[in-house]
Amino acid sequence: MKSLEELKAIRDKAKNSVHVRQEGNDCIRVVVGMATCGIAAGARPVLNAFTEEVAKRNLNNVAVTQTGCIGICQYEPVVEIFTPDGQKTTYVKMTPEKAARVVADHLVNGNVVSEYTIGANAK
Amino acid sequence: MQELSLNVLDIAQNSIKAGASLIGITMERSTADNTLSIVISDDGCGMDEQQIARVTDPFFTTRTTRKVGLGVPLFKMTAEMTGGSFSITSQPGKGTVVSAFYHTDHIDMLPVGDMTATMTSLISVNPSIDFVYQSRLDGREFVMDTRQIKEILEGVPINSPDVLLFIRDYINEHEAQLELNEE
Ligand SMILES: Nc1ncnc2c1ncn2[C@@H]1O[C@H](COP(=O)(O)OP(=O)(O)O)[C@@H](O)[C@H]1O
Ligand SMILES: [Mg+2]
Repeated sequence: MKSLEELKAIRDKAKNSVHVRQEGNDCIRVVVGMATCGIAAGARPVLNAFTEEVAKRNLNNVAVTQTGCIGICQYEPVVEIFTPDGQKTTYVKMTPEKAARVVADHLVNGNVVSEYTIGANAK
Repeated sequence: MQELSLNVLDIAQNSIKAGASLIGITMERSTADNTLSIVISDDGCGMDEQQIARVTDPFFTTRTTRKVGLGVPLFKMTAEMTGGSFSITSQPGKGTVVSAFYHTDHIDMLPVGDMTATMTSLISVNPSIDFVYQSRLDGREFVMDTRQIKEILEGVPINSPDVLLFIRDYINEHEAQLELNEE
């Protein structure tokens, strides 16, 4: 069974590795709506999928954060992405699978996944 | 919400909004009595008596973007549906304690669900808030305290990927151990 002792090895490895989380202008922010409506619609697995995909790909320039109600409950789970060029993209009705695609296409390659955006889903 | 761990995640969001720096989440189960108690406590801004009275009313909220706050009434309902009970105690400037009590053998009892996912998602996006997760089963206990973890980490961020994975496995394995000891 895991003990806190093992954490020391993880700590030492992290201290010795060179990669430093970038902050500020170069940083991409992924903001997941975590109000009641978002959580009920499935925001938790979406948030955890973003965290895991970003970790898997070692994207040190991405910060995954949360916010309260974005005010468009019918589109939850909602994720907003802020890129260094000042663009904001709002993805709606997100799932863990969609999150993986957004990480690969948008965060890594810079291509917005248009079909998941609020623009493509607004009726 | 389909599982109580999602309600817990939602109630903890209120604590975060209230500016808490320490949030306690305690789950206590008794197999013999078929009971579960869930307690979420924080050291946030708290509420006065009038606020508390209105919080369980779905037409009350202090937020301006939407008129209806549903989180607390929904959580209250999950407990009362099982013939259990619900309470909030709070002191302005001191903090809040939200408690729900369940009869787990009731037909309307919801599954507890994935508490590990709730804890790791809370920790991953709130690295500066401390969380104490306590899980008790028939008197046995498991505690995960982020203050203790941060002390070991010596400045390495608690939400770095390897640490989050460790915390996930740590909680899962200890929860499984609690169940094993049952026999
Ligand atoms: N732990 C807490 N500390 C301070 N205020 C709280 C707390 N929990 C709930 N409240 C107050 O009760 C209100 C209603 O909460 P809730 O039912 O979850 O709806 P919502 O979070 O959508 O407003 C909150 O907006 C807040 O003003
Ligand atoms: Mg709430």
